[in-house]
Amino acid sequence: MSGILITFCVLAFITVLTAFLTIFSRNPIHSAIYLVICFFSIAGHYFLLNSQFLAVVHIIVYSGAIMILFLFTIMLMNLNERHEVHRPRITRLGAIVSFVLVCVVLIAIFINSKPIVGEYDATGEDFQSINVLGKILLNEYMVPFEFASILLLVAMIGTVLLSKKEKLKK
Amino acid sequence: MESTFIIEKSVVIVAVFALTMLMAMYSTWAERKVAAFLQDRVGPNRAGWGGLLQPLADGLKLFSKEEFFPNTPNKFLFIVGPGIAMSTALMTSAVIPWGDRLHLFGREIYLQATDINIGLLYFFGVVSVGVYGIMIGGWASNNKFSLMGAVRAASQMVSYEIAMGLSMIALLMMTGTLSLKEIAAQQAGLNWNVFYQPLSFLIFLICAFAETNRTPFDLPECESELIGGYHTEYSSMKMGFYLFAEYANMFISATLISVLFFGGYNYPGMQWMVDNVGVNTANILGMLALFVKLCFFIFFYMWVRWTIPRFRYDQLMNLGWKILIPLSIINIVVTGIVILRADIAAFLGF
Repeated sequence: MSGILITFCVLAFITVLTAFLTIFSRNPIHSAIYLVICFFSIAGHYFLLNSQFLAVVHIIVYSGAIMILFLFTIMLMNLNERHEVHRPRITRLGAIVSFVLVCVVLIAIFINSKPIVGEYDATGEDFQSINVLGKILLNEYMVPFEFASILLLVAMIGTVLLSKKEKLKK
Repeated sequence: MESTFIIEKSVVIVAVFALTMLMAMYSTWAERKVAAFLQDRVGPNRAGWGGLLQPLADGLKLFSKEEFFPNTPNKFLFIVGPGIAMSTALMTSAVIPWGDRLHLFGREIYLQATDINIGLLYFFGVVSVGVYGIMIGGWASNNKFSLMGAVRAASQMVSYEIAMGLSMIALLMMTGTLSLKEIAAQQAGLNWNVFYQPLSFLIFLICAFAETNRTPFDLPECESELIGGYHTEYSSMKMGFYLFAEYANMFISATLISVLFFGGYNYPGMQWMVDNVGVNTANILGMLALFVKLCFFIFFYMWVRWTIPRFRYDQLMNLGWKILIPLSIINIVVTGIVILRADIAAFLGF
């Protein structure tokens, strides 16, 4: 077995294991920490695919920002096993259905993007470098990129508005 | 990969590691000396000449202290916390260019552990992970003061990371690269970035203080409110790790400030030295130049610590969110306009 295959197997094992531990561990903080490890191993997968930029951005955004805020809220609310809410069956069903739908969307994306990826392969440019990535994002995919950023901006303003509203009522 | 390459990189990595440790050790000594100087005292002067052996004595003391465990159900996380803090503090040095290159044994040796083209992002990634060390350790201590310290540290570091990243974007728009090696090389001569991006430098400096939890932003460990903050329950070398990690972080951020804004290993007349005296001499002088610059910034950290009192927590958050972030966004816009001034003028029909 080549070194890359061994690394991949170890990483995949860690990813799946910690993903399951995230769901099954009773203590919310332990769950969050397992999820952080899971995110790190996913970043490792990106490194294996030689996309350094994606891996580092993944670490900054998911492990460095989102999970820290998660951990922060869990610590502040002081959740533990006793506070675990019982989820009704309909919620579980809804979760499964939405997961399957996300899977369908992802598969559709992969199938549709395959010919385009092939085209990029043919050009022989280094698409891991941020120079090329930036040029493509702001030329070919300008509109979707801007839409995504507007979506994020709207979400941010919405959050600020929601947190301000309570203050006005007082 | 050839074996000489691996040996060469290993030597560089070990040297950088040793340097970081040595600097962190002697920063504790320098901190006491600077404090003593500013408060008109003598400072440590018993162990060795001028107290130079004091860090060794401190280390020996910390190692021989009793290993204390608080009553916590998370013993593993309690041990992992300082480990994460220490390892992330040491990982950042991998992308810093300590000098340009040396000619040794017929090879060109680049004085950098690794030159990845996303060097600066790597730095931000590692720094953002560093928060975990404090958070996990503080939470696992099972003590409300530790938890308060940990929560403060996390919110402070996350808030200031944003302003730090935004201040970097203005610089990156000018340099056009994320590789620290290229950024350092672009500043040859006296072409230092601080002259072009003074505001960006100021924001970065303030954020670096907040990221390393130094006064005036040392609320996570403010003694008068929280005993010792997140390391209240720690003793022996585990506490030593937290303290050491802080000094290592200070050293790395002082180096990064010198590399990003003050030309790194460049000094006026370096090209002349390379042409006339020799590559090796010129670059050893360059390393010394970087060393002098980073020592100044470490001194600056200490100077500020003993000059400016601690902020209140709401002041800290206001400064981060309402002043530094808008300022860095304005800086980005202004930099963009200046870079594209020719295009804008053409567009407006001048």
